[in-house]
Amino acid sequence: MVEWTDFERSTIQDIFSKIDYAVVGPLALSRCLIVYPWTQRYFGKFGNLYNAAAIMGNPMVAAHGLTVLRGLERAVKNMDDIKNTYFELSVLHSEKLHVDPDNFRLLADCLTIVLAGQLGTAFTPAIQAAFQKFLAVVVNSLGRQYQ
Amino acid sequence: MLSKYEKELIASIWERLTPVAKDIGSEALSRMFATFPGTKTYFSHLDISLRSPHLLAHGKKIVLALVEGSKDISSLTTTLAPLQTLHAYQLRIDPTNFKLFSHCMLVTLACNMGDRFTPVAHAAMDKYLSAFAAVLAEKYR
Repeated sequence: MVEWTDFERSTIQDIFSKIDYAVVGPLALSRCLIVYPWTQRYFGKFGNLYNAAAIMGNPMVAAHGLTVLRGLERAVKNMDDIKNTYFELSVLHSEKLHVDPDNFRLLADCLTIVLAGQLGTAFTPAIQAAFQKFLAVVVNSLGRQYQ
Repeated sequence: MLSKYEKELIASIWERLTPVAKDIGSEALSRMFATFPGTKTYFSHLDISLRSPHLLAHGKKIVLALVEGSKDISSLTTTLAPLQTLHAYQLRIDPTNFKLFSHCMLVTLACNMGDRFTPVAHAAMDKYLSAFAAVLAEKYR
């Protein structure tokens, strides 16, 4: 069971209440596809990913970015049982989608950087630490059902 | 692999940050200490509280090295030779930590540059920091 301090809990709730999922999700996913181009291997059916501009304008990337953020919200609402919250999603990513779990960490890093860009100096070291702890738990839970 | 455009972009970012080297450097270090507490073990001899004189001085040193390296990225091994020796024989920082610092530097850049830290700039900078870290660790063994 993950122990959350009051500061960590309120930080996570606060961040997710403030961000626009339809903006942050697409920004994070497109950044991941641009900065770590090998992640594009999972998106063969998404059409034009030829360059940064194409990726950032791709509607399928945007839609999927939103899906990812909505998925993250489930952990935000169940911080005391993220492991079980993501049981099925973990199986899905392993058995059906065959995604290398290292990629979860890459996307998490890009999401952190997008958030940093949005919040600026309000994204203090302490808030960053709380947010990254949350994402680390998410990433770990998504990788748990891989066998 | 860094293109000519990316090298120029990296050099211009670091040139613009030179006047605030101590602020950028100490911020990146503070982020790293908060997010990855194990990294603090290398700094038991310094006061690493937020914006302490030690932290500002140390942050400045690191950023100025990054600035210097960015002026001629193809010659990183030559530019960083003294730092390679320092890290290999004296500091002996486990190279995994370079990745952690690089990530926190990217976050610092994002916070301070906002929209100007575009995905393309991010990718270029990530590649530069990776190359820098690899050169630093070259003499380890």
